[in-house]
Amino acid sequence: MKTLSKVFIALVFVIMYAPLAVLILFSFNSSKSTGVFSEFSFRWYAELFSSPETFLALRNTLILAASSAAIATVIGTGAAIGINAMKNKYVKGAISSVTNIPMMNPDIVTGISMMLLFVFIGGLLSVTEVLSFWTMLIAHVTFNLPYVILSVMPKFRQMDKHLPEAAMDLGCTPLQAFFKVELHSILPGIITGAVMAFTLSLDDFVISYFTAGSSFQTLPLMIYSMTKKEVTPDMYALSTIIIVTILALLILSNVLGAKGDKKATR
Amino acid sequence: MKQRSFMARICASPHIVWAIIFIVAPLLFVAYYAFTDQNGRFTFSNIAELSAHWETFLLSVCFSLIATAICLLIGYPLAYAISKAPAKRRSMLITLLMIPMWMNLLIRTYSLMAILDDGGFLNSLLGSIGIPEFHIVGTSGAVIFGMVYDFLPYMVMPIHSVLTKMDDRLSEAAFDLGCNRLEALLKVTLPMSLPGIISGVTMVFVPSISTFYISQKLGGGTIFLIGDTIEMQFQNPATYNVGAAISLVMMILILISVAVMNHFSEDSDDDGGIIL
Repeated sequence: MKTLSKVFIALVFVIMYAPLAVLILFSFNSSKSTGVFSEFSFRWYAELFSSPETFLALRNTLILAASSAAIATVIGTGAAIGINAMKNKYVKGAISSVTNIPMMNPDIVTGISMMLLFVFIGGLLSVTEVLSFWTMLIAHVTFNLPYVILSVMPKFRQMDKHLPEAAMDLGCTPLQAFFKVELHSILPGIITGAVMAFTLSLDDFVISYFTAGSSFQTLPLMIYSMTKKEVTPDMYALSTIIIVTILALLILSNVLGAKGDKKATR
Repeated sequence: MKQRSFMARICASPHIVWAIIFIVAPLLFVAYYAFTDQNGRFTFSNIAELSAHWETFLLSVCFSLIATAICLLIGYPLAYAISKAPAKRRSMLITLLMIPMWMNLLIRTYSLMAILDDGGFLNSLLGSIGIPEFHIVGTSGAVIFGMVYDFLPYMVMPIHSVLTKMDDRLSEAAFDLGCNRLEALLKVTLPMSLPGIISGVTMVFVPSISTFYISQKLGGGTIFLIGDTIEMQFQNPATYNVGAAISLVMMILILISVAVMNHFSEDSDDDGGIIL
């Protein structure tokens, strides 16, 4: 029983990681083949770094992720504060249901629904290239909002409801009570929500695909167009860099998290 | 005090405005496009045109149901095995499971294709030990395998989180009351992990039925799913209306099935979000 489950776990993980390992291996292949490894080379990395398109896409991705995460965090935190203060449970339920729609709906439906809205408004205003950075930004904020709200809301429930009252009894104005007491206890939720929004935005392909114009390309869109044509292994090189970056960030956050835990237990 | 709560409620207004303009209105536009022609006149012809796509619908539903079933069959035992591992190894395994979730779906799908393709890694590996090449990319199996490969972690995570929260003494109590291991699993553990199963099934089924990248890459241009059909209609403004009709039907089907499944796990819904 014990060995069987160990073998099973190992097998699943081997299958899960094998394709990524092969991808990384063949990004160092000097030929175009994905079957035969000829010799070790940095050729595809050199090609990737020599194209300005790569850096532009990287810059665009980061700008979009940072700005959409910032906007979604502000609006979402406000929404969580407001929803928490509401008494009518039907209004609360209605707002939560609508907010969760982008999370429940398949990405493709969210993408095309926003695209149709933008195209329609573009038609009304007779703008030719309505799809741009701004439409993508709106789309990213929209699908990030439920995640921000869902990470902030539970923090209100965990907080002692009498704390802000106590602060006001001790002479705080309502606004001071909010900034000194409530904001402090919901801050971890806000940070989690912001990080989540940032990474979701970095990673998104489907919704970006439908709301992006030709003028603004992000890394996932670049990967898509690279795999649409005949593939050259510079896409492997790009993927390898992304994989290694994510691994490094995860390890870093784990190490920092472990340190934080130790400090907390001390 | 009253004034304070009023001020707090005001904070939600930007979100409410945003949600009406960018969540509700776009969905109304899907419906609007689905029931109008290119000149904006009301018509049922887009809905009528759906009959041309019923085979694609059926194929997509079948593929995603099979993929979801396989994910459950692999994912449940995996989540169970991980939840029974010693605490230190468990957190490592969960991290290992989460890493692929952080990787872009395009990269994962593409790397799978690079392995399975004719002349790819697997075929040349088999070729070197004398097994003749065989065709994988372009078969239904490849597409389903791609779905399972891409979405398995989404099945394991929620089941695992339910299983680790479960009190071990419950299954011990079942043993004491005369159950054997299998009976305890079927009568105690499995029903109690139902909320995890349901959210796992939803998280695998929804992206599977709406994918277009997986079928594009692993279907080798021969397998068209409903996502591919929608994507194709939106390449050309002339077919936006048909695309909207297909999306509308798919969305309604998915929301109904999600609502039905959530109905079964009502008591686990503690996030305060009421869905439908």
